[in-house]
Amino acid sequence: MSDPVWLVPLPVVVPLLASGLTLALYRRPQAQRAISVVALSIVLAVSATLLVLADAGPLVIDIGGWAAPVGIDLVADRLSALMLTVSSAVTLCVLLYSLAQGEADGDEVAPVSIYHPTYLVLVAGVANAFLSGDLFNLYVGFEILLAASYVLLTLGGTGERIRAGSIYVVVALLSSVLFLVAIALVYASTGTVNLAQLAVRLPQVDPDVRLLLQVMLLLAFGIKAAIFPLSAWLPDSYPTAPAPVTAVFAGLLTKVGVYAIIRTQTLLFPDGRLDDVLMWAALATMVVGILGAVAQDDIKRLLSFTLVSHIGFMIFGIALSSHLGWTAAIYYVVHHITVQTALFLVAGLIERWGGTTSLDRLGGLAKLAPVLAILFFVPAMNLAGVPPLSGFLGKVGLLQAGVAVGTPLALVLVVGSALTSLLTLYALIKAWNKAFWQTPPAELPATHIPLGMVGPTAALVAFGLALTVFAGPLYAYTGRAATALQERTPYIDAVLPDGLRGEGVSADLAEVTP
Amino acid sequence: MIDMSPNLVLVVVIAALFTVGVYLLLERSLSRVLVGVILLGNGANLLFLVAGGAAGRPPILGQAPVAEMSDPLPQAMVLTAIVITLGMTAFLLAMAYRSWQLHGHDEVQDDVEDRRIARLAARDERAFLDTDTEESMASLDEEAAESRDETSGVVPVAPDGGTVP
Repeated sequence: MSDPVWLVPLPVVVPLLASGLTLALYRRPQAQRAISVVALSIVLAVSATLLVLADAGPLVIDIGGWAAPVGIDLVADRLSALMLTVSSAVTLCVLLYSLAQGEADGDEVAPVSIYHPTYLVLVAGVANAFLSGDLFNLYVGFEILLAASYVLLTLGGTGERIRAGSIYVVVALLSSVLFLVAIALVYASTGTVNLAQLAVRLPQVDPDVRLLLQVMLLLAFGIKAAIFPLSAWLPDSYPTAPAPVTAVFAGLLTKVGVYAIIRTQTLLFPDGRLDDVLMWAALATMVVGILGAVAQDDIKRLLSFTLVSHIGFMIFGIALSSHLGWTAAIYYVVHHITVQTALFLVAGLIERWGGTTSLDRLGGLAKLAPVLAILFFVPAMNLAGVPPLSGFLGKVGLLQAGVAVGTPLALVLVVGSALTSLLTLYALIKAWNKAFWQTPPAELPATHIPLGMVGPTAALVAFGLALTVFAGPLYAYTGRAATALQERTPYIDAVLPDGLRGEGVSADLAEVTP
Repeated sequence: MIDMSPNLVLVVVIAALFTVGVYLLLERSLSRVLVGVILLGNGANLLFLVAGGAAGRPPILGQAPVAEMSDPLPQAMVLTAIVITLGMTAFLLAMAYRSWQLHGHDEVQDDVEDRRIARLAARDERAFLDTDTEESMASLDEEAAESRDETSGVVPVAPDGGTVP
């Protein structure tokens, strides 16, 4: 059997290569579209293959053949492969959606020649962050996706987007500097940035220094994941971007931060000394986020606030530090990426059809555009956690895990998350009543929505339903991923087979010529 | 073993860069924020130099004994970080310029929606306008509070079968 590890770098390499190609072919929009679709389809196929292969054990590749602790390695374990698969499915759907939108609006409206290369770079950055087995490479992955996101957010350079963009860029730069400082401190105290070697060396570091490192990393990731009180930038900046861009940001970028928190909390700091702090942060994120959503009267802003709020659920699951908690948290991440992206795509459709996303000006969509109503209703109920949809399953898993841990704080969080679910339902039902049931205050433009935009949205909604139908196997998979996270040894052994070095050339083995 | 006691001059410089950087980052004008980001980035880069231990001979095999070499890894990271900071600086500069083009200044603006919600909250108004709160007729609450006792028989029945309030 040929070794399948050559598949691991493809989700990063293929989009980057395609990005260069699309940039070179900026005069040929048709070729650009074809290249983007083919590249993302390849990424999806590779990710799905990795998902199956990684179930047998982590796949590790040492880039350039340089042995692991000094060389950079990419690791696809169950968690990475799962995140990668979901993210590539979502990015492909959003790409198809934006293609249809570009076709319908005419390419003069948006600078599409920049859009494709940037979007592909974003995908590569996300994949790099998920696969990275090295703290500094994780930073590079973050920077790749952030740089792409700056461009996408300020696409066209209108006044509103520059306003939103300046807040977003400055906050993101601050978190990058924090991350960089954290890496420098990690290197100073351990002499390595390889995650597997860090897992081995960090227990020998002074506990107070270790706590400092943990706090620094959590701060940096917390800004990216939009955990309260580091979340204020998100609802300000996301809603102004074009609908597909907002959708992919909402679905993926915060989840990369959540993924980084899961990875570092489980692999590097398994003693969980900050779990109580994380619990409180999770509670505050849930409650403050959803109260923000209740006050909004714009669908996109409302959804941005629910996004912040539901990050709290994932942090809750992570902070429980139990097998059940992590299982549910990973399942919830998968569910939330799909549902949140779908909802933002539907918001884009509503904006297109009704000319606005303001709930005061929309109305009667249930009668006028029944397809939109179905497309909105299913993921909205899914997000709110109405049984039997996947949101309900994820939340029940989290509540069970919280009750199983049973500390007073965990029980407070259980109550808080139940309350947040109800408030989510309230906010979404209110949006439903205003946009779909009330008499429209004025005639809506009823712009034609091309089938190419409805199709990908429907596909994502269906994907969300599939997460419900196949919840059994998926839950089993996230359970096995959580087991691997809890044991830690599969990851470390895969990266450093002999406990010291990865496979490949290393200084000890290289011939030294005097 | 590398000598890991930090160079005091570097530490003082890092502290100064971070202090000034944070101060500038809190400013409202994007160009000052930009300078702040650059200073913070440079501070972080210097921190990597400290993290790599004391400076030594060039890390090329055969040119110096291994014990006297400086650690090349942080330097590689610093190079990457410098390139990234350069790119981000260029982008921020472009954005500040675009903001100046559009508005005549490069200040970070308030969010209009936030302003609107804050104003509504100050006036104690609702974020939503509902049809049943707008009109002068009975509100949902008043309607709900009305007597609808069907057994007592005093509730008059309208011709279309509904109860008359």
